[in-house]
Amino acid sequence: MSDPNPAIPAPEAPGDEAPLLDIRDLRIEATVHPPGERPRTQQIVKGVSARLRKGRVLGLIGESGAGKSTIGLAALAYGRGGVRISGGQVLLNGRDILRLPARGLRRVRGKEVTYVAQSAAAAFNPAIRLMDQIVESALEHGVASRAEAEARAVSLFEQLGLPDPANFGRRYPHQVSGGQLQRAMTAMALCPEPDLVVFDEPTTALDVTTQIDVLAAIKRAIRATGVGAIYITHDLAVVAQVADDIMVLRHGETVEYGPTAQIIERPRQEYTRALVSVRAIEHPENPPEGAPLLSVRGVSAAYPGVPVDVLSDVSVDLHPGRTLAVVGESGSGKSTLARAIVGLLPPREGEVLFDGRPLPPRLKQRSREDLRQLQMIYQMADTAMNPRQTVRTIIGRPLEFYFGLRGAERDKRVNELLDEIEMGRGFADRYPAELSGGQKQRVCIARALAAKPRLIICDEVTSALDPLVADGILKLLLDLQRIEDVAYLFITHDLATVRAIADSIAVMHRGKVVRYGTKTQVLTPPFDDYTDLLLSSAPEMKLGWLEEVLAHRRMESAGH
Amino acid sequence: MIRIPLSALLGLTVTALFFAGAALAPWIAPYPMTQIVGDVWEPASAEHLLGTDSIGRDLLSRMIYGGRTTIWIATLATMLSFLTGSVLGLTAAVAGGWVDQALSRLVDLVMSIPTLIFALVVLSVLPTTMTTLVLVMGLLDSTRVYRLARAVAVDITVMDFVEAARLRGEGRGWIVFREILPNALSPLVAEMGLRFIFMVLFLSTLSFLGLGVQPPNADWGGIVKENKEGIVYGISAALTPAIAIAALAISVNLVADWILTRTTSLKGGRGE
Repeated sequence: MSDPNPAIPAPEAPGDEAPLLDIRDLRIEATVHPPGERPRTQQIVKGVSARLRKGRVLGLIGESGAGKSTIGLAALAYGRGGVRISGGQVLLNGRDILRLPARGLRRVRGKEVTYVAQSAAAAFNPAIRLMDQIVESALEHGVASRAEAEARAVSLFEQLGLPDPANFGRRYPHQVSGGQLQRAMTAMALCPEPDLVVFDEPTTALDVTTQIDVLAAIKRAIRATGVGAIYITHDLAVVAQVADDIMVLRHGETVEYGPTAQIIERPRQEYTRALVSVRAIEHPENPPEGAPLLSVRGVSAAYPGVPVDVLSDVSVDLHPGRTLAVVGESGSGKSTLARAIVGLLPPREGEVLFDGRPLPPRLKQRSREDLRQLQMIYQMADTAMNPRQTVRTIIGRPLEFYFGLRGAERDKRVNELLDEIEMGRGFADRYPAELSGGQKQRVCIARALAAKPRLIICDEVTSALDPLVADGILKLLLDLQRIEDVAYLFITHDLATVRAIADSIAVMHRGKVVRYGTKTQVLTPPFDDYTDLLLSSAPEMKLGWLEEVLAHRRMESAGH
Repeated sequence: MIRIPLSALLGLTVTALFFAGAALAPWIAPYPMTQIVGDVWEPASAEHLLGTDSIGRDLLSRMIYGGRTTIWIATLATMLSFLTGSVLGLTAAVAGGWVDQALSRLVDLVMSIPTLIFALVVLSVLPTTMTTLVLVMGLLDSTRVYRLARAVAVDITVMDFVEAARLRGEGRGWIVFREILPNALSPLVAEMGLRFIFMVLFLSTLSFLGLGVQPPNADWGGIVKENKEGIVYGISAALTPAIAIAALAISVNLVADWILTRTTSLKGGRGE
C-alpha cells in the first residue's frame, strides 16, 4: 500500500489501523467548452490521495477552482454537473465505492457518509418541517425507528447549542436563522450515525460572530460522535481550528499535505506560505487632515413602509484621501448607510455634507458633478457590470458621460485605466463573462476611477473573492489611493481587511455606530462588549484560537 | 466564419423563399391574381401547377399574391406590436410607481377581452383596410409583448449594474435601451418568432371569418375560405394555404431558436 505520490507523503505511515477513508490517486475530469475552440477534456483533479481514520478531521483548503468540493463529493462517489470520476479509488470502510452500482451507492450515501452543504438555506426543503427532513435518511436506511431518530436529533440539537432543542424540529426552515439552519444541517448529517461527514464550506456564508459559534458547535459534535470528517473551506484560519490534518490544493493537485500544526507553523511550500501570511498587509494609519470631505450628521433612515429605523443617529466623518472602514455583521445597517450617502435612500433625519455643503437627499436632485465625485464599487462584480457590454464600454461610459470624451481620446484613457488596474489593453474588448472574479472587480474599480471621484464607497468589495485575490485588490486600492488621493468609505464585515486598509473605523451594531475613531483608538482596549465580540470572532491563523476565544469572550453572539 | 446549424439553415432557406416569393410576386406569379383562367377546381397540370380555385383562378398565382399579403401584414403588425409592447414594458419596469400601475392595469383590461372578439368588433365598425388590420392586430398583440418585456425587465432593473447606471446619473433612455434592452433581447426575439406566426394565424382567422383581407384580393386565410367547399368533393385546394402556413411557422421558429442560442451567449456570440 505505497503512496502513489511520493513527493507528498501521507501523514500516517502505512500499517496503521485500516483507514475509514482512503482516496488513492483520484482523477476527475470534465468537458469544457472554451470560446472559439473545440470542446476538450480538462482534468479537474489530477491524482490526489488522502487517508482519514475514524474520529479524525481532514481539512481541504484551496481557492475556488482548486477542486476541493469536487474531491469532497467524490467521497460520496458523486460528481457534480458533467464531472466524471475518471480514475483512482475511493475506499470507504475498505471497499471501493466508485465501483458500486447505483443500488449499492444508495445504501452508502446517507448512511455511511453524509454531506453538509454551504448554503443550508438552499439545501432544505422550505415546505417540510426541519425534524422530518433531519430524520429522513435515518428512517430511509432503517438505522433507527422514528422515535429513536427524533430522540437522537434532539440530543444533537442540544450538542449543537440550538435554542429549545425539544421543539426546534417543529419549525420550518424559514423560521430559523442562517446560523441555526447550518447547525440543523449538521444535525441532519449526523443523525443517521454515519462514519464520515463531508462539510462543504459550512460557515462561509455566515457572519463572523455567528461563524465562531457554528464552528465550535461542529467541532464539539464531531468530537462527541467520533465521526470522521472532511472539512472543506477556503479560509485556512477556520480549518486550522477544526482539522487534524490539512491538505492544501491548487489546480486540482496536492500542494502540501500534513498535520495541521506543521501546515500552519512550518509550511514547506511557497503557496502554503502565501496562504498562511495572507492579509498581512502593512498599512500605517494616516491621521485625518484638514476639513472632512464627507460628513454624515445624525442620519436616521428607514425603508418606506417599515416603521423601524435601519439607521439611527449615525454620525461619521471622512477626510480627503483617507479610508473610513464601516464594520458590522449583516443587518447592522452598514450597506444602508452607503445607500443613504449616495441618495438611494433619503434619510428621515440628519444630513450628509460633501466638501462642506449639504448633498441633496435624493439622487434625482443631485447635480452630475455631485454624482461624479462620489462613486461606488459593489460586492458582486458579476452583477455590477452589464454582461452585454465590453470592458471598453463599461470603463468608457463614465468618460463619455462626465467628460465628453469620444473615440480615440476615450480609448486612450480606457487603456491608461486598464494599465492602472494592472490589466493589459487586450482586455478592452472582452465581455465580463470572459474575466475571472478578481479581474471583474478590477474593471469595476477602473469604472469608478474613470469618473475621477474624490470618494469611492466600497461595499464589501473583497468578500466574494479568494483570499489571495482579495489581497491583490486591497493592495491595488491602497496604491490607487496614493496616486489619485481618493477617499474610501470601506464597508466590510472582515476585520482583517479593516486592519489592512483603514485609517479610521466605525463599528456598527443594529443601526447605530457603537464605536468610532482612528484605527488605533478603535482597536485599543478597553473595548465595549460588541466590539470585543466582533474583534475576537475574526479567525486567527493560530492553533487553539477557537478554544481561547470561547473561554474569554464577554458577550454571547446573538446566535443567528 | 459563422457556422450555421443545419436546422437554422433549413429555416433560413424556407423563410427566405417565402419572403422572396412575397416580394417578387408580380414577376414570378404565372397569372394575375384575379383573372379567371380556367375551369372550376381544375386538378394540377403543367399549365396550372396547383390547379385552379373555386371560380377558376390559378391557385399558384393566388397563393403567391396571398402570401405577399399575409407576410406583409403579419410582419408590419409584429413590428408594431414589439415596438409598442417592449418600449412600454421596459419603461414601466424602469419607471415603476404609478406609470407602471397605470400601464399594467390598462393592459390587463385589454387582455381580459378575448382578442378575436375584440378584433371582430373593432373591424366590423372600422373600414377594413390594410392599415386598420395592421393597427388592430399589432396593438392587440402588443399587450402580450408588454407583459413579457415588463416581466423580463423587472428582474433586470434590480441588478447592480442598473443601479450603477442610475448612480452615474444616466437618463431613462440610456437605462432602457443600453442597460436593459440588450439583456432582455433574447426572450423577446424568441417570442417574436412565435408572435409572427400567431399574427399569420390571426390574420388567416380574420380573413376566414370575412373580416380580414377583402375579396377579390385574398390572403391565405381567404383562400381557405374560398375553397373550403371543395374539401367535401375531395379537392385539396383549401389544404394548400394550410400547408404554406405550417411550413412558414416551422421555418421562422427554427430561425428564432438559432437567434436565441446566439444571443444568449454572454461572450458576444464568439465561439461555440
